[in-house]
Amino acid sequence: MAASGIQARFACHFGSFSLNVDLNLPGSGLTALFGHSGCGKTTLLRCMAGLQAADGAMRVNGDEWQSESRGKSSSRPVHQRPLAYVFQETGLFPHLSVQRNLMYGYKRIPKSERQISFDQATKWLGLGHLLERMPAKLSGGERQRVAIARALLTSPKLLLMDEPLSALDQNSKQEILPYLEALRDNLAIPMLYVSHSTAEVARLADHIVMMDNGQVVAQGPLQQIMARTDQPFGFEEDAGVILDATLSERDERWHLCRADFSGGHLWLRADEGLKIGQNIRLQVLARDISLARSQHTDQSIQNLLPATVDEVASNVGPGTSMVRLLAGQTPFLSRLTTRAVHTLAIKPGQKVWMQVKSVALVN
Amino acid sequence: MDIYWEPVWLTLKLAGFTTAVLLVVGTPIAWWLARSHHWARQPIAAIVALPLVLPPTVLGFYLLILMGPKGVVGQFTEQLGLGLLPFTFEGLVIASVIYSLPFTVQPLQNAFGSINQQFLEVASTLRASPRDRFFSIVLPLARPGFLTAGVLTFAHTIGEFGVVLMIGGNIPGETKVLSVAIYDHVESLEYTQAHWLAAGMVVFSFVVLVTLYSLNGRLQSGLVK
Repeated sequence: MAASGIQARFACHFGSFSLNVDLNLPGSGLTALFGHSGCGKTTLLRCMAGLQAADGAMRVNGDEWQSESRGKSSSRPVHQRPLAYVFQETGLFPHLSVQRNLMYGYKRIPKSERQISFDQATKWLGLGHLLERMPAKLSGGERQRVAIARALLTSPKLLLMDEPLSALDQNSKQEILPYLEALRDNLAIPMLYVSHSTAEVARLADHIVMMDNGQVVAQGPLQQIMARTDQPFGFEEDAGVILDATLSERDERWHLCRADFSGGHLWLRADEGLKIGQNIRLQVLARDISLARSQHTDQSIQNLLPATVDEVASNVGPGTSMVRLLAGQTPFLSRLTTRAVHTLAIKPGQKVWMQVKSVALVN
Repeated sequence: MDIYWEPVWLTLKLAGFTTAVLLVVGTPIAWWLARSHHWARQPIAAIVALPLVLPPTVLGFYLLILMGPKGVVGQFTEQLGLGLLPFTFEGLVIASVIYSLPFTVQPLQNAFGSINQQFLEVASTLRASPRDRFFSIVLPLARPGFLTAGVLTFAHTIGEFGVVLMIGGNIPGETKVLSVAIYDHVESLEYTQAHWLAAGMVVFSFVVLVTLYSLNGRLQSGLVK
């Protein structure tokens, strides 16, 4: 068994539902557990935390939390696992002020294990002015920020988040997302993030685990999984690839900026706040890429990229085909009618031009 | 004057002891009843509630027999060298504890039952052991329940009559509590004295209940300061 990363194997049954998973996840970065409601993703998270009893084994970067030998399962109780859990409903203790909520976990870990200071956590989540308030007097977004800071203050080795945004309105979601991104980029600990929102997954995840009916149906790095023609995530209309890029140039005249990625560059609208050198995450939907056998410049689409056809999946839907392309090493998906694939005689290995109609900035 | 104040003092002492004992004994029972899924939960809940429906004399009668020289409890206390409990203050405390048990357990059980289970899960992910969770989360959140339980138990014990009569008799300074004293006065046609004590109890009970309700209101709103 590998010493690093997270190994989790669980089996449990309630009524007609059964969970049966065997996962090997990276020991850093954000892994999204994705799937429809009822697929078992929250149950899996609860099993990992020890909140839900299940047969199995769990190991986090070499540290054994639950083990199974000769049919005997030994499991560390929740309060002895160095984890933090952010719940859907924040669960702030109503009888304690924000400050004392934050201190609740902090004062329960030994001083020598405290890696995140009180000041650091309150600064990261912008809570300085709220410390004296009672939870009932906070907005939904503020409450969730307090809950996240409270969780971090236990200096966890694993951060589990169960749809932390789902109970929030659109504005509060937009308020929290940048904090989550900053945590993902600044914390060295692995994060598991349960979500059924494609937008959140596209924006936050490095790695993704797709679940259905208590089973894992696909897992891997987000960009590879998103670029699969069989679309295990069932994004359907929203199928598309994610790419990490760097802003390299601003064109003030046309109000555009250039995003470089390995394998080419794309132009996108220069929105406020974009700076040269900044790392950004882009999404290009399969329905926004059309293909041409030669470079057409006499048309309105300006983002033209040479690419090689990698794979053609015919009839993924009625009359629809999905084409996987490589620009350098970076994969793209294009959704075409099966007739177009036939007429253009598109097949693997062929050189084509991708006409990218739209590029979305996801962060 | 002593003849007035002795029963009052004795009654307060009895109610105080009973409330203290019941808060200690009743808390684990209420916690178990609120959280357990054991098959014995319903029967035990019924036993706890029995004093609510039984005539106090029935309760007193069985306690008298149990604690008497031929009763199991009586033989046990005699072996321990404690003598027999009926017609003693200690005997009254034990009887009152049983008589007032539902008035402690039921408010506490309701208070525990209404605590969102999630708070306990959250606390466990913040490194709190089960014991720690009980003291840091359950007790403070159940504070209104403890207040209600304490006040109801105290007030209910003050008003007990039948059980006392069966098991305590009427020994001044030992078992002659307020309600018995009032009964005595009425029997001897001392209506003035009976009035003083009876009116005193009405006022006392009223004040206790008003205080309870306003404190409970304040505790609830304390959470949204």
